[in-house]
Amino acid sequence: MKRIPKGEGQTGIAPKTKSIRAAFEKGMNVLFFLCGAVAVLFVLFISVYLIVSGIPAIREIGLADFLFGQVWKSTAKEPQFGILPFILTSVYGTAGAIVVGVPIGFLTAVYLSKAASPKIAAVIRTAVELLSGIPSVVYGLIGMTILVPAIRTAFGLSSGATLLAAIVVLAIMVLPYIISVSETALCAVPKEYEEGSLALGATEMETYFRVSVPAASSGIAAAVVLGVGRAIGEAMAVMMVAGNVANMPSLLESVRFLTTAVASEMSYSAGLQRQALFSIALVLFLFIMMINAVLAILLKKGKKS
Amino acid sequence: MKKSVSLLLAAVLCTGLFAGCAGTETASSTAGASSQEAASQTEESRAEASEGGETVDLSGTVSTNGSTSMEEVMMGLTEYFKEKYPNITVTYDPTGSGTGIQQATAGSCDIGLSSRALKQEELDGGLTETVVAKDGIAIVVNKENTVAELTVEQITKIATGEIANWSEVGGPDMEIAFIGREAGSGTRGAFEELTGTEDACSYAQELTSTGAVRTAVSTTPGAIGYISLSSLDDSVTALKVKADDASPAVECTEETVLDGSYAIQRPFVFATKSDAALSEAAQAFYDFALSEEAAEIYTEAGVVPAN
Repeated sequence: MKRIPKGEGQTGIAPKTKSIRAAFEKGMNVLFFLCGAVAVLFVLFISVYLIVSGIPAIREIGLADFLFGQVWKSTAKEPQFGILPFILTSVYGTAGAIVVGVPIGFLTAVYLSKAASPKIAAVIRTAVELLSGIPSVVYGLIGMTILVPAIRTAFGLSSGATLLAAIVVLAIMVLPYIISVSETALCAVPKEYEEGSLALGATEMETYFRVSVPAASSGIAAAVVLGVGRAIGEAMAVMMVAGNVANMPSLLESVRFLTTAVASEMSYSAGLQRQALFSIALVLFLFIMMINAVLAILLKKGKKS
Repeated sequence: MKKSVSLLLAAVLCTGLFAGCAGTETASSTAGASSQEAASQTEESRAEASEGGETVDLSGTVSTNGSTSMEEVMMGLTEYFKEKYPNITVTYDPTGSGTGIQQATAGSCDIGLSSRALKQEELDGGLTETVVAKDGIAIVVNKENTVAELTVEQITKIATGEIANWSEVGGPDMEIAFIGREAGSGTRGAFEELTGTEDACSYAQELTSTGAVRTAVSTTPGAIGYISLSSLDDSVTALKVKADDASPAVECTEETVLDGSYAIQRPFVFATKSDAALSEAAQAFYDFALSEEAAEIYTEAGVVPAN
C-alpha cells in the first residue's frame, strides 16, 4: 500500500465538497470501526459466557476432582464427573496426529516450494487446497466406513472405532494446514541465501535443509501449532470414528475427546450434567487460547528475525 | 490444466453431495430437541389465537407428571391435542416414573405417567393403570452372525462384559463388540433398566443416534446393539429373545411386543385415581391418548400403540 502524500488531490477542490468529503471520510471511519468491534464483541461475549456457565459445575464438583477424576459417569445414580480421560485423549490424539502429519506435511512443503517442477507443484497444490475444503463430516463418514473396518481386521479387534482411527483421520485433516503454511514460510526465504549456499558448493538438498528450512523455522513451527489447534478442536470427524466411550486413552480402545464429550451428551443433558459439559467446553477453550498464544509468539519471533 | 481444474471442481461438487447426506443424518439427532422447543412455543401461541374451526369448546388444565422416557410421546400428544381442544392446557413435568405415580396417588396431578407397570402396592394405593403404548427394544447383531437367539440373562452378561466372545453363547469364535447409545438417551435408559445393567454396561462404542448404532452393527461382524423396534430394518438381524432358559424364543415384532411375549419391552402407563373421576378436560385428554388418531403419534415417537 502506497500512501497518497498529503495535499495531493486536494488542489482545486471547492471548500464545500471538501467538507462533505471530510464528513464522508469520518463516517466511513466510524463504520469500519463498528465492523471491527463486532468481532471483538463476539469473542468477548463467548469468553464471558463460557466462563460464567462453566464455573458453577467446577465449583460443585471441585476443580481437582473435575480435572483429575478418571471416571465420567454423568447419568449414574451417583454421577461422577472426571474429565481426565477426555483431556488425555485430546492430548494424545492431537500429538499422534502431529507425529504422523508433520513429517509428511513438512516434506511436501519443501518439495512444493523448492524441488517440484511448476506443473507438478500446481497439481499437488490444488489437491492440498481441495483437501482443506472437504467438510469434516466427510472425513468422518469415510473413516467410519473404510478406516474403522480396516483397523478392526488389521489388528483383529472386535470394534475398529479406536484412538488410532481418530489419529489417522486427524493427521489427514491437519495436512493441508501444515503444508500451505510451511510452504509460504519456505517461499519467503530470500533467494540470495540459497544462491549463496549453492555458490559455495552445497548440493540442492543440503541447501534446502541446511539453509532454507532453518531460515523458515518460525513459520514452520507456526504451521505445526496451527495443526495442533485444528486437531484439538475437531469434533465431528472424531465423533464418528473414535467410538466415544469414556475410557482412559489407549491406542486400540474406544475413546472420547474433549470436543466429543460435549457434543455427544448435549442433546439430552440436564442439571449438573449440562453445566459440566459447559465446564468441559471452558477447558477446551483454555487449551485453544493457549495454543493461539503460542502461535502469536512464534509469528512475532518470525517477523523479528 | 483448465480441464484438470474443472475435473477437480466436479469432484468437489460430488463430495459436497455426500456431505449433504451425512449432514442431515447427524442433524436429525438434534432436531428432536429443537422441534420440541418449537412445539411448546407454538402451543402457547395457539392457545391465544385459535377459536372456531374444528375445535371443541372445552377449557381447563390437565396436569401430567412422571416418566422422562415418555417426553417424546407426551410432546406429540399435547401438540395434536391442542389443535382439537385449543382452550385446554396440558402441562407435563418430566420427573420420573416413581414421582409421577406418587403425585397421582396424592392427587396433585391429574394423570401420572409411568414407563413401567405399576406395582401391586401402587395399585392398592388407589390407582388404575391404563397402558397407552409399548416400547419394544430390538437386540440386533450383524447379518453374518450365526447366533439367532439369546436369553435376557445372556444379554445382560454381554452388556456388562461378562461374556466377551460369541463362542460362549453358541456362536463363532469372535469377540463381542457391544454398541449402544450415549448417556441420557431414552433407548439406553430403557435397555439398561430392562436388563438391570444401569451404570454397569461396558460399551465398545457409544453413538449418538439409532441410525449410527444400526450402521455400526451392520459393518462390524462381532457387534451387538440395541435399537428401538420402530427403527429396525433389514441391514441388521434382530435376535429372538428368551425371557429365561425355559421359555420360547420370541421374535421382536409389534405383535409380540403388544401381547407381552417379547421380553425386552416396557409399557407406557397413564396412572389415574380409581375412586375419583377425572376432570372433564383430563378425561378428554385421556380419551384422546387412547383414540385412533393418537396411534399415529405413538408410531412417530417410535413406540407401539396399545390400541
